[in-house]
Amino acid sequence: MTPSPPPGAPSTAAPPRSRRLDALRGGPEVPQRPLDARALSALAANPGCRRRALLDGAGVDKAAVAQALGAPAPFGQSQFAFVRGNAFEARVKADGGEALLALLCESTGEERPEPSAVLVPDLTADGPAGRAARTGLALAEVPAGQWALLDHPLLTLEVAGATAYLEPDALAVHPDGGVTVIEIKSFPVLDGTVDPTKAGGAARQAAVYALALTGSVPVREQALLVCPKDFGNQPAGGLLDLRKPLAACRRQLARLTDLDAIADLLPEGAHFGTEQDRAALTAAVESVPAAYAPECLATCELAFHCRERAREAGAVEALGRSVRGELGGLRTVHEVLAAARADADDPAARDPAAEALRRAAALRAEALATAAPAPAQAGTPAPPAGGGTEGGLACR
Amino acid sequence: MSLIDALARMEAAATGAARPLATVRHRHLAARPLVLVPLTTAGETGAPLGAMLGTDRAAPELFTVPQPRDRDLRFTFLERLAEALLPHLESCQDEVEFVERKETDPDTGKRVTVQAELCTDAPQVLVPTGPGIDVVRLLGRSMRFRRTAEEDPEAPHPAPPRVPLLGRWLTHYAERARVPGSSLLLSMTDLLTRHWATGQSRLEDQHLGALLAWIAPPDGIPGAEAARRAELARDEHGQLLVPPAGPATDPAFDNRLLAPALARHDKGVPGAAEEVHELIASQLRPTWEAMWQGVDLLRSLPEGAHTADRWRRDRQSYTHHRDRLRSAEPPQPRRDDAVTAARKLAMREQRQAELDAQEALDDPLVMAVRRLAGEAFAARAAHVEPAVSEGKRPTPRPLVTVRAEEHDRPLLAEGDAVYRALPEGGGQRAEVVGAPEPGVYVLRLVNGMGRGKEPAPGTVPEPGDRDCWTLFEHAPRGGPALPEPEETPWTHGGPPPEATAEPPDPTTPEDLL
Repeated sequence: MTPSPPPGAPSTAAPPRSRRLDALRGGPEVPQRPLDARALSALAANPGCRRRALLDGAGVDKAAVAQALGAPAPFGQSQFAFVRGNAFEARVKADGGEALLALLCESTGEERPEPSAVLVPDLTADGPAGRAARTGLALAEVPAGQWALLDHPLLTLEVAGATAYLEPDALAVHPDGGVTVIEIKSFPVLDGTVDPTKAGGAARQAAVYALALTGSVPVREQALLVCPKDFGNQPAGGLLDLRKPLAACRRQLARLTDLDAIADLLPEGAHFGTEQDRAALTAAVESVPAAYAPECLATCELAFHCRERAREAGAVEALGRSVRGELGGLRTVHEVLAAARADADDPAARDPAAEALRRAAALRAEALATAAPAPAQAGTPAPPAGGGTEGGLACR
Repeated sequence: MSLIDALARMEAAATGAARPLATVRHRHLAARPLVLVPLTTAGETGAPLGAMLGTDRAAPELFTVPQPRDRDLRFTFLERLAEALLPHLESCQDEVEFVERKETDPDTGKRVTVQAELCTDAPQVLVPTGPGIDVVRLLGRSMRFRRTAEEDPEAPHPAPPRVPLLGRWLTHYAERARVPGSSLLLSMTDLLTRHWATGQSRLEDQHLGALLAWIAPPDGIPGAEAARRAELARDEHGQLLVPPAGPATDPAFDNRLLAPALARHDKGVPGAAEEVHELIASQLRPTWEAMWQGVDLLRSLPEGAHTADRWRRDRQSYTHHRDRLRSAEPPQPRRDDAVTAARKLAMREQRQAELDAQEALDDPLVMAVRRLAGEAFAARAAHVEPAVSEGKRPTPRPLVTVRAEEHDRPLLAEGDAVYRALPEGGGQRAEVVGAPEPGVYVLRLVNGMGRGKEPAPGTVPEPGDRDCWTLFEHAPRGGPALPEPEETPWTHGGPPPEATAEPPDPTTPEDLL
């Protein structure tokens, strides 16, 4: 629900970082796009993608790059959803977070504190680094035995050598010193259940925040998810178990190759500035390998560019990750179709994956030939394949 | 994904047009389906924005909500929706046939045959996408507990008269849509992806426009190119040429066109309601056309042989719901009790097994998938040896030696059961007695040969006959029957309480739907 800044919004103060990453954006004057929890959880979902790791790590505005490449991302948020999300969050946080803590205590079974006994520190400061420092200070300053609620704190997380600033909706400090991440979302909890994919997304996002807190404070393994109840605007809360998403997130982010190693793949002087001509930008983007999968379309601004490239190359992943499973070493549509058509005596065809493909092609061709009349649509005839029909009964 | 289906996708990617995944239509398609294209407001728990519906391609009905946040306008919308949908949903209630079914007599505990009504047809509803089915469920949930002024004169915001009834019908249809193979409520993307493989991923297939672009590409344009246009192409104002099939609208449409029009409506600018109406219509019309294009494509496929059997179950489900309404039972509860939930799950599992078997039997292309997986095989009979069973009444148990075809690798071991469909109808089971050499199996036929000492003619393969044997049953049975509801053990909460009407949702100033 945290309103992500509009694309290309400059962060007020650039944090210290290697000049190399500044150069990758096209120069120090190009504003850095901060990494947020949404981007991190998307990155954690596809840790093999070096292109995304480098562009996100360097703070490149991927939407602008996609636009310059001629494959703009169709992302955007409807202002209705935006207004509704903000209105709900404001409503939940009105009265100094009393309702939030009530929901939290109801979920954990703790005793509800008096509203006056809850510390709500002021977290305003200049720039992300200042706000993050302020948050760290506020967390450290909460006396033992005291409840505290941090509204829109700012956390930092080192990802592949770059600092990401993360802004959870809220954090609650329990009297025992434990910290609970609070996520406020505008999708409803209907008759006690939420859409599992949306709840999963919220859990992954909360896990990124928990990861950022790990080490500095004892962060609890369950986050509080606050959603509107049924068709109304009353908040309802529930605990999200973070252990699995946290473990997954930690593992995936640790796997992200060091940015410097990825940046070494770029030719000397290449960068992702959108001022350069399209061919140079394309060459720069293409010099860093991507790991495209159709899931990227929902989470990455560059996905449509990567999809075009994957399709041009005939990569089987473009048809879905699950397609890869049985294909062994065959990587392209062309290779697969050739293997399916290959002569059984060909030595290359003795590979088990190729053999299975030949059988699949033969069985499919036989079925299509026996099922007369052929379906009216998709009018092209079946490509020739090994085997054939024996003109007998359809195997049905 | 099966390798055969993956191969079909690759053929599609290589040729630029969708490839068949089925040679027959595996779902019932009514002569007059009702097409419903709903739109909702982003971020508002499915608050309706508009809907286009009807059974006549040339004459859709269109309802819109000029301000989705206004409760009265929403109620007006729901009322008109009820007036438009209920006549269709109730249209098959009165034409019935009589069928016999077994029932346990409550007094004697014996199984007796009773006559029951079965509606001869049932109304079908088609929506564009899977989320469209969710909208139907959500609309049903939001309406079925409402009270009308007649039921509760004190209610602060009484629902229009027929709205709660529509909620119960929509809930029933949405719940039925969860049963594998059912056809009361279907989404067009599910229907099309069941029958065609495109050269894109399943995820991308959820876009109705892109899916149709692959299946029926406009002249001379490769599927990938046509699909890209359907997904991304925008006009000079930044609006998508093919609006999404819903239920959500495109953010660019929301922000640049709809929001200003809604603001004008709120200010009371004359003509603003008509403007909103026309804007929403512009988003619905292309999907409406796409839906009927999909219907045409599906009609080009002959119906699968077992589809009518499954449609009969849908008719049964429709009849049951009609009976529940007529006996004035309360609306479906918010949550099922343990007994109902257990029954539903058991039933869905059984229907899934049945669907898997029937689709394979109806369609050689689906059978090919099972053959590749080693769950079925085509074989020619090489040698037939008469034999009889040992025991008091000798019955025929002929031994048939079959040779599996070149590409079949059935996963068989001695003692396994295999099944085939008999030419005259019905099925036959056989046991694997031995496998003298790879690909050759000796099968002992154990049933389906009539009652005589000699097998009935045509029930034993002749040498040279080709059959398709399956390792799965053709009519899979479910597990053991569940106890009667009154005998529910305490582990499942004991006998369920009498069904009572649940209270309506409390109304709050800014509630939705």
